[in-house]
Amino acid sequence: MLKRLAIRVVAIVVTILVGLLVSATMVRMAPGFESDEHQLDAHLSPETIASLKAHRLANRKLASFYLTYIKHSVRGDLGYSTALGRPVREVIGERIAETLKICSFGIGVGCTLGFLLAFVTGMSRSSAWDVLVGGIASLFLCIPIAALALIFVLIRRPAGLAIAAVIFPTVYRYARNVLARTFAMPHVITAMAKGCGPIRVLTWHVIPVCAAQFMAIAGISVSLALSASIPIESLCGIPGIGQLALQSALARDLPVLVTLTVVIATITIFANSLSDLVPATVRSRQS
Amino acid sequence: MNKLAAVVALLVAMSSRGWTQSGELRLCLRAEPKTLNPMQVLDEPSETIRYLTGGVLLRVNRVTQQVEPELATSWRVSKDGRSISFKLRDHVFFSDGTPFTSADVDYTVKQMMDPAMHSPTGDAFRSGSGEVVTHIISPTEVTITFPAPVAGVDRQFDQVAIMSATSPKKELAVLGPFYLADRKSGAYVLLNRNPNYWKKDAMGRQLPYLSSVRLDVQPNRDIETLKLRRGEIDLINSIDAEFYDKLRGTSPQLVHDAGPSLDTEQMWFNQVAKAPIPDYKKAWFRSTAFRRAVSQAINRADLCRIAFLGRATPAVGPISPANKFWFDSKLVTPRYDPDSALRLLQSDGFHQQDGALVDRTGNPVEFSIITNAGNKYRERMATMIQQDLAKIGVKVNVVTLDFPSLIERMSQTFQYEAVLLGLTNVDWDPNGQMNVWLSTSENHQWNPKESAPETQWEAELDRLVREQAQSMDLKKRKRCFDRVQEIVYEQLPFIYLVNKNALSAYSTSLTGVSPSILRPQTYWNVEMISKQ
Amino acid sequence: MRTLHIASIALLLIVAFGALFADKVAPASYAYQFREAPNASPSWTHPLGTDDLGRDRFSRTLYGTRISLALAPLAALLSIVLAAMVGGIAGFLGGWPERVAMAATDLFLCLPWLFLLLMVRSLLPLNAAPLTSVLITFLTLGLLGWAAAARVICTEAREFRISDVLLQARATGQHGWRLLAVQFVPKLRPVLLAQFLISIPVFILSEANLGILGMGVAEPLPSWGSLLRELDSLSSFAGEWWKLVPLGLLVMVVTSFQVLLSREDVAL
Repeated sequence: MLKRLAIRVVAIVVTILVGLLVSATMVRMAPGFESDEHQLDAHLSPETIASLKAHRLANRKLASFYLTYIKHSVRGDLGYSTALGRPVREVIGERIAETLKICSFGIGVGCTLGFLLAFVTGMSRSSAWDVLVGGIASLFLCIPIAALALIFVLIRRPAGLAIAAVIFPTVYRYARNVLARTFAMPHVITAMAKGCGPIRVLTWHVIPVCAAQFMAIAGISVSLALSASIPIESLCGIPGIGQLALQSALARDLPVLVTLTVVIATITIFANSLSDLVPATVRSRQS
Repeated sequence: MNKLAAVVALLVAMSSRGWTQSGELRLCLRAEPKTLNPMQVLDEPSETIRYLTGGVLLRVNRVTQQVEPELATSWRVSKDGRSISFKLRDHVFFSDGTPFTSADVDYTVKQMMDPAMHSPTGDAFRSGSGEVVTHIISPTEVTITFPAPVAGVDRQFDQVAIMSATSPKKELAVLGPFYLADRKSGAYVLLNRNPNYWKKDAMGRQLPYLSSVRLDVQPNRDIETLKLRRGEIDLINSIDAEFYDKLRGTSPQLVHDAGPSLDTEQMWFNQVAKAPIPDYKKAWFRSTAFRRAVSQAINRADLCRIAFLGRATPAVGPISPANKFWFDSKLVTPRYDPDSALRLLQSDGFHQQDGALVDRTGNPVEFSIITNAGNKYRERMATMIQQDLAKIGVKVNVVTLDFPSLIERMSQTFQYEAVLLGLTNVDWDPNGQMNVWLSTSENHQWNPKESAPETQWEAELDRLVREQAQSMDLKKRKRCFDRVQEIVYEQLPFIYLVNKNALSAYSTSLTGVSPSILRPQTYWNVEMISKQ
Repeated sequence: MRTLHIASIALLLIVAFGALFADKVAPASYAYQFREAPNASPSWTHPLGTDDLGRDRFSRTLYGTRISLALAPLAALLSIVLAAMVGGIAGFLGGWPERVAMAATDLFLCLPWLFLLLMVRSLLPLNAAPLTSVLITFLTLGLLGWAAAARVICTEAREFRISDVLLQARATGQHGWRLLAVQFVPKLRPVLLAQFLISIPVFILSEANLGILGMGVAEPLPSWGSLLRELDSLSSFAGEWWKLVPLGLLVMVVTSFQVLLSREDVAL
């Protein structure tokens, strides 16, 4: 067990290091890396413009940046933000709690609603209900995230609900289809024919079959929530890492962007690993 | 009991200082301020903080356009324009109690002109090579000498916030009406009333009237407008035409249109010799007749009416007609005349073939216009220009790019054909545009960093802008800059499109607001603003 | 259910007809700017009013359908094929191939693809033909949109690998491709279908967001994504219901797909 855990931890670290390299490469190679918006300010002297660019050019050499970043990050130094002029650790440390708060809220509400409605759809076996809820899920999928965020601002509701609105349709669609297939299985039909109540059918015959898929769905909702947090935080003025990601992307702030990739990768991998581990552990205990 | 005593003490302190008013002014910042150091200010949010907290020696009254004394009670510019002497106010203190003297002015100038600091504020004073020398005559008298004349030197001090040479709080010790009290990264900045602010009103009451200013970070203009409507903020310093229009429909008392601003929107063609575009396209873009034809084929009145919902004026040249002194009144708005445009093109060897315009070698006239994504007004203008030019057989492709990619194409790779962007003018004096006209400058956007002027008219522009920068004679400067405008009007390195109006919105609970077209449009006299 | 099926088919046929014969049905060109009537309300001349440049919205909705309805489902199909390949093979094989594939998938979900897209844009000529730009956009979306579904499919494949169904199938003599085709692929159908239905609107909206990078559908060509981008400004909706028509149409089309593609074993 410990050996398996150790292997998994090593695998996660290697994955994150690869992610760090790939993201640093993409940011560095993207057009506009060496440009600064203030270059267009006609009031600035050539020397001032050169000094603005020099801050960016300090991170120009990719290999050197990568190695320096890893070496320093082991000591807790995540570099210096070229756009904000502050240590990256400080900048992210101030903001991560906000993102975790709204994402947790959004995932909780979105997944609960998605799974709940999928269960109700499965149990009710009503095609009208299926089309109705499916239509509502489609509606939320079709509304741009920016508009969703604005709606919740307009009705003065928490921004986490906008994230829930993004997650709910995906969770519902997957869960509904998986449940529909499970409800059609012979053992479930037999249980219902033998007079088992709906709750018993659900808890003893349906959920155990679908648990692994549900965990996987819950796992991907984490990366959905983090992606959605970028436009939602920016629009709602929430000082989280989503807002920071957008600002840093526009400013090509390499140290912040690679650190954000590491943070997001860690959270995503952790969530997905958990969603894989839990059913495997339950299964091994049952056997 | 302790709390009550504290409140009573505060009220007594306020009344002893003459503060009879209070209230918190609330507005939004479009992004988080990048710096609190007034010498390093580049972005608009940082400039807002600097303006609200920084004390300056002289200030330009945004309504009368006159330079007024602030921390300096009087000043004198030498005849050669190379030095300026100030007589400073006595018994003035920074927000932390440190006394203000000429040593602080000396320190500020040194910081500003330090080559290692690369202060953007100092760039306005870098008129020539050599050192800037400050001579302290007394604690309240100081003279600053520059290596070469600085055009409009007194006006430039409106941007220079005086820093303390001795305070342990460094740039946080300020002389302006407010000081930084609290800040949450990405969320808000809170400024409190400076207890040591030197200014009093005509009745002898301590200023500012407001007790604090709260600036929320809010990049989205829709939400900003919603907040104003709900009363969650008190003013929007600069509001877009679309939101102005909507607010005017529901709450007309909130909005204000100060008329054409000093800013311009323009497009230009790539005239860089080494640009990686086909040679036949370079030939088009370098042809004055081609540029004039394109200019004539664009319907500027429609751009103003539709893209800006009527809140813009057709532009004539680099100087807005709102800038009455510097604007060359001999110039008239370019006429919209597609037939004349076609005749001009025909005289330049172009002709129509199956509805499309082709050049003398048979190449169909097609080019792309790039502009920055997310700016709805520029995207609309580009699409309207696309239709206007289609009428004369020119095919235009509109490409929106994110800003860094756009800048890279414009200034490094030169991988573009035409650009649509704008220029922000912060002062009446056009000397601030000098880097646009100098052929050696990086900001000479249609053909940056020329080793020598590639055309006769660019050489003439170089000569004229240098001449006006060195002169103290306003009439001579005006003549030079009139000629600059005429050359630009003839040669069209930039095709000027519109001057946007200066639009703002503020709550009726505020008094003392005097909107102007110069930044900051609404709170330039923040110490005189009060709130019911 | 039968009524729903008929209604869905009818809707899709009407939408397809409108898109195919837009030249005949549309009252005006999608690009023409009626500059004397910007932001006009619906009328006989302009059934859905005009946009902020005076272009007929109804015409733009019809022409936009061609691009979005043709390419978004194709991109969605590409994404599910990739998801099925990566997730299915990984889950079926198990062991370290599964671990490596899932690690790569997790990473794929976290990387800042915006910058790759910027690089793609920089390689495209500025005067690229609109169709080329659109095809590349949807191809990119299909190539990038598989990771989330791959995770779920991998779980399905893993469950299948350790299930009694597989044992039984092998015991009856099924092996190799026949085993996969008869036993495995049908198991994936619910997840693949869910992913397909999710991807269509997501890709339509993403195409509009890619306009920020200079990709996507260039002006004046319309797409549903660019029409839906108007929803980014809520203040537009005070009493202007016609601006919601593209949204309603997209929801109905996606729901119609859902009704038609759901079979008895995944339908209720």
